[in-house]
Amino acid sequence: MIRLEKRKEPSKFWRIANPFLAVALTMLAGGIMFAMLGKDPLVAIRLIFFDPIFSETFGSYSRPQLLIKSAPLILIAVGLAIGFKANIWNIGAEGQYIIGALFGAGVALAFFPQPGWYIFPLMVLAGAFGGFLWAMIPAILKTRFNTNEILVSLLLVYVAEKILAAMALGLMRNPDIPGFPGSRDLRRYEAAHNAELFAGTGIHWGVVAALIAVIFAYAMMKRHMLGYHVQLAGQAPRAARFGGISPTRLVVICLGISGALAGLAGMFEVSGPGGQVRIEFASGYGFTAIIVAFLGRLNPVGIVLAGLLLGLTYIGGELSQMMLQLPSSAIQVFQGMLLFFLLALDFQTHYRLRLTRGVRT
Amino acid sequence: MKKLLTVGALCAALAAPVLADTTKVGFVYIGPVGDHGWTYTHDLARRAVEAEFGDGVQTSYVESVGYGADAERVMTQMALSGTDIIFATSFGYGPDVNTVAARFPNVAFEHATGYIQESSNVGLYNARFYEGRAVIGHIAGKMTETNKVGYIASFPIPEVIMGINSAYLHAKAVNPDVEFNVVWVYSWYNPAQEAAAAEALIEQGADIIMQHTDSTAPLTVAQDAGIMAFGQASDMSAFAPESHLTGILDVWAPYYIDRVRAVKEGTWEAGNVWHGIVDGMVGFAPMSERIPADVRAEAEAMIEAIAAGEYHPFTGPINKQDGTPWLAEGEVAPDSDLLTIDFYVEGITSDIPK
Repeated sequence: MIRLEKRKEPSKFWRIANPFLAVALTMLAGGIMFAMLGKDPLVAIRLIFFDPIFSETFGSYSRPQLLIKSAPLILIAVGLAIGFKANIWNIGAEGQYIIGALFGAGVALAFFPQPGWYIFPLMVLAGAFGGFLWAMIPAILKTRFNTNEILVSLLLVYVAEKILAAMALGLMRNPDIPGFPGSRDLRRYEAAHNAELFAGTGIHWGVVAALIAVIFAYAMMKRHMLGYHVQLAGQAPRAARFGGISPTRLVVICLGISGALAGLAGMFEVSGPGGQVRIEFASGYGFTAIIVAFLGRLNPVGIVLAGLLLGLTYIGGELSQMMLQLPSSAIQVFQGMLLFFLLALDFQTHYRLRLTRGVRT
Repeated sequence: MKKLLTVGALCAALAAPVLADTTKVGFVYIGPVGDHGWTYTHDLARRAVEAEFGDGVQTSYVESVGYGADAERVMTQMALSGTDIIFATSFGYGPDVNTVAARFPNVAFEHATGYIQESSNVGLYNARFYEGRAVIGHIAGKMTETNKVGYIASFPIPEVIMGINSAYLHAKAVNPDVEFNVVWVYSWYNPAQEAAAAEALIEQGADIIMQHTDSTAPLTVAQDAGIMAFGQASDMSAFAPESHLTGILDVWAPYYIDRVRAVKEGTWEAGNVWHGIVDGMVGFAPMSERIPADVRAEAEAMIEAIAAGEYHPFTGPINKQDGTPWLAEGEVAPDSDLLTIDFYVEGITSDIPK
């Protein structure tokens, strides 16, 4: 008979292998779904995973787009992962992303139309500060009143969305175009434009920031005392407390870092690819980043790969819609499968199946 | 940027269609094709284009495309794949359409309900939905018993504000006691929120629901509550057989066929059109039996008068909400006023979100 047995230690092999296996299984199950929809599964999977990078027609455009789409995901996910490791659950990165964008854009609009090299750096600071501030609400409520940070941070997303709408309709509305919501196009204000650093590569300051964040996070988790505290608090909270690690401090630090990084991502987006403060500015990056963090095993390097992979399914998903007329909901199911298979497979990281003979004792 | 341009041009050349006379037509949709509202009607027109030209066209679409970077990417990919004409079918794509159009001067862009035209290859088209709103406003004013009409609005932009004003003016004209409650959902398509808005409006006493959003959710709520409602964009009567009075239809097919033909014949030029009932772009779903014969006759007379150019829904005297005069006696609102309207007319009690 088959028996489940808890491993003494989580399997290192499966931790690394599972994401790859999950991608393979997603391709298989997704392929079956595409076939049932009457589309050629091989073509669909080629369009999603290969054409954005290798196609002659699209590659030169989609490769840079991949960086543009993945950078905010990676930037946010890196911050979230630090908290997740310490069992501090910031689910409201979307809200911090929005507030960061509003702070950044606010600085730009306040200076408009002056030139000045210092405007963009100020926007960067403001963006990070905005996200940090928004994350401090659940942090302080948790440390002071012991509220649940999952709930508070999530609900603050909806508050942030309302503030965004109010800004797009009121304070930040472009006064030159009466009647229409939405701020000035920051891409047309040189001092505030988060432009491509090298033409045609898609690399803007947000991509650079994502890379820096990954390196810092890696160094912190592996080499710095704070990283050790985070891991200890996550794995053995009691031991951590006896070891003198202040849970309050950890909550503030983890939410603060993830909030600031999400705010930065929002600021780079609104001043670059997004272009302006609009009611519909938030596009779910903050939520998708949660998937990226888990898909990347809460490991900075893994998050880079996961962010690129998810970015790929977005861009490839659009291509397959355009070329094959796959419905957009099929693409969403496909992306959902990825997380589903990963979580299901993670079972074998902690457990193993044992074939045993004879009667159960 | 320059490099991207050359690369783009090169790719476009590589991807040129094998059959020279097959025109590639791309559609960018804001919602899912199954919304039974706005996007659904654009997709009906896409299929009409296919039916009209057969093998002469190859259409493609991407649905649920967000404004901004996503829209820009989808349109660029369409242009790279050799698409000859792209219909961007939502208001908010404006900046994105113009950015991509500047990069692909040989691709024709048609932007629905937009107002930005920065390149010679960006055409704008829109429908005079306020004409339809006048007719359903009249019916609502006649038929409400609680004198409360609920209005589910999407975004506070001229298009939507104009619709509320038109419906209100014509309801008020036949029922001086009528009140409009407006709920803003900040989305074109969000069934859950639209349903919640409908429920809130019904609780506040509305017995007729109007919507400027695309899902059928408000209609099903109205059906369950036993009150009346108007459909949106397509004939939604099947979703609320008892409640559905009529609805404004978006009829894009003739325009799309005309534009695609122009591209095929090499005569396409960017225009800026605003078509109404007379052009066939604004239509009506079949009127319900529930509408009394005299009301129905009045509604039909109004439709005819608008189509004949004898009546304009915004004819003075009309005051703004704050009481200052907008249109003098007999004065007709100029299009430029309507396209930038950011105020309610006198009598509406709520405020436009600011």
